[in-house]
Amino acid sequence: MVRSAISAALLGAAVGSVLAGGVLFARAQSPAAAAISIDNFTFNPQSLTVKAGTTVTWTNKDDIPHGIAATNNAFKRSQALDTDDSYSFTFTTPGTYQYFCYVHPHMTGTIVVQPATGGNTTQ
Amino acid sequence: MSDFDRDDGVNRRKVLECMTWVGTGVLWTISGGVPHSLGIMGEAMAADAKGLTFLQISDSHVGFDKPANPNALGTLEEAIGKVNALPQKPAFMIHTGDISHLSKVSEFDDADRIISQSKLDVHFVPGEHDFLDPEQKLYRERYGRGTKGAGWYSFDANGVHFIGLVNVVDLKAGGLGNLGNDQLEWLEADVKSRSASTPIVLFAHIPLWTVYPEWGWGTQDGAQALSYLKKFGSVTVLNGHIHQVMQKVEGNVTFHTARSTAFPQPAPGAAPSPGPMKVEDDKLRTMLGTASITFKQNEQRLAIIDTPLKG
Repeated sequence: MVRSAISAALLGAAVGSVLAGGVLFARAQSPAAAAISIDNFTFNPQSLTVKAGTTVTWTNKDDIPHGIAATNNAFKRSQALDTDDSYSFTFTTPGTYQYFCYVHPHMTGTIVVQPATGGNTTQ
Repeated sequence: MSDFDRDDGVNRRKVLECMTWVGTGVLWTISGGVPHSLGIMGEAMAADAKGLTFLQISDSHVGFDKPANPNALGTLEEAIGKVNALPQKPAFMIHTGDISHLSKVSEFDDADRIISQSKLDVHFVPGEHDFLDPEQKLYRERYGRGTKGAGWYSFDANGVHFIGLVNVVDLKAGGLGNLGNDQLEWLEADVKSRSASTPIVLFAHIPLWTVYPEWGWGTQDGAQALSYLKKFGSVTVLNGHIHQVMQKVEGNVTFHTARSTAFPQPAPGAAPSPGPMKVEDDKLRTMLGTASITFKQNEQRLAIIDTPLKG
């Protein structure tokens, strides 16, 4: 009971700080992380903005495999992701990265990587 | 339906007669280059199917074990069992791709073990699920002997020219299935010198016609490929990928998709995504199956019959 109460308190604090930050997962924490869920043949969110240095993790929630590939080979292609498999890539260079599912190419998404310091902060 | 119903040499009854050996399904004929489709699902009789008969099997997805069908290998085995039970042995089989679910060696091994029980020659084309191994080499190693590029080829049987195409590699962001320039050039040359009276059967995994682009159900340069076939009086295009029977007639071209032996997919736009469709257990086998195709000499007819695992 005590432990779960503490967990709940920590969770509450964490949620609070994320909400205060305004951008889910995109806070400049160390190491920064962001998640994209693949659901019903779509990337959620379809467009994601992160700071340079952020590790983006795609997780396939569909019953069909998907694969991540950058449109211009700007980042490393994933292996085929079966259900619940994940793929992570750390974006260190600012820029706009278009990507798609190489199994179902009508599925597309965008990752905007902003400079780690300066630029548009969310503060 | 009026186009389909007219009597142009072979009437509905006669068409029914050559269905005997397949049981239930949808029968297609081609007469004088004009495809003739009959949406028949039922038992039929007579065994006068002479000429060339071959089978189409598709989308085995061996390795798939999700709720829509926890045992895709089992339903493939049932399908092959039905093939083996046919009173009249088909000349060969074509497999229109997605043999495996994840391009694993074990999946290809299992598929080969079951499919080879038919003791038929099998002409494969790959689906996108057959190129998921990291080096994208397993499909070509196993099935690509004597083929060009990623695995395209042609062959002749009983005066019919068969062309197997690959539209699942080098897919472009935002796009559909893709044949690519090399394959298109090869196709153009392959059919150029053939007489216009040669019946053509084109088969590939993803539909060569645009079924539903929102789900990627089509081939970007499919129209280009078909433009090379304009002179032919009879062109039949057989595809898989969408795990349901769909048909379309356009001029002298008949388009047809086969059922999967693994799991059904929703009708275009009928669900949020084209993912595997979970149906009641007792309904599953009515939505899986194979197709058989008969070309009858002299009558210039090609008949396609879709047979579910369970009527």
